[in-house]
Amino acid sequence: MSVETRSASEKADFKRELTEVVPHLRAFARGLCGRPDMADDLVQETLLKAWAAQARFEPGTSMRAWTFVILRNAYLTDMRRNRFRGDYDETVAERILTAPAGQEEPIHLSDMHRALLTLPPERREALLLVGAGGFSYEEAAQICGCAVGTIKSRVGRARSTLNSMLAEGNIPQRSIGDDAAHRAILEELDDVAAGNGETAKID
Amino acid sequence: MASGKETSPTDAAAEKPTSAKAMEQPQWADGLKQLYDSVVEEPLPDSFKNLLSQLDVTDPDDASQNGNS
Repeated sequence: MSVETRSASEKADFKRELTEVVPHLRAFARGLCGRPDMADDLVQETLLKAWAAQARFEPGTSMRAWTFVILRNAYLTDMRRNRFRGDYDETVAERILTAPAGQEEPIHLSDMHRALLTLPPERREALLLVGAGGFSYEEAAQICGCAVGTIKSRVGRARSTLNSMLAEGNIPQRSIGDDAAHRAILEELDDVAAGNGETAKID
Repeated sequence: MASGKETSPTDAAAEKPTSAKAMEQPQWADGLKQLYDSVVEEPLPDSFKNLLSQLDVTDPDDASQNGNS
């Protein structure tokens, strides 16, 4: 059939770039689903899918953005299959973020993480991509398959929500063992999946 | 201090030009980056090294795998 004639060096480049991006995939996945074990399962699934689809990767473009799309789609699929319940990682609970000098009250990493996980998924991923992953709004919009303005709006809303939660120390215990909250998340996910991923969908 | 702090519940905050972004980073913004970077800097578990080394065996472009013993 349409066997791509890709040189050995192109294949080696792909493998090298894919390897380099794994730590970023783990970080993105951890932020999305909270639990390290599930996040790593998600990354492994992503690597296998990326490898299988490597003929569709355009050399010279961002491997990180390309694999993030795959990871995101895998996450949305798994989320709808009820594999993730938005639990957060207990092991980060004791760690404290280094606060800038002069800050009276340091923010705990666990609070940060829990606050992040209470955000609606589409805002969480937008904030992760832009605020943590360092993607531009344009790149994040491509990854999520939506308009740049939509990403800006989601990031803005996520930021203001985190501002109020972290400033007031008032982080809701949403999503943990709460079926109603979980259903709400799944409904949001359906919206995200329905409106997104058309242009950016990989598989 | 009659600062113009009144913000309507619109997306106005999100529409600000990105040049102003650096000035309004709250304290947690750095924490978000730390959260991400702390995972990036973790040593890669062996399961990933194994998976990556196994990928070469399953070359999708190469139908003539000689994996049979």
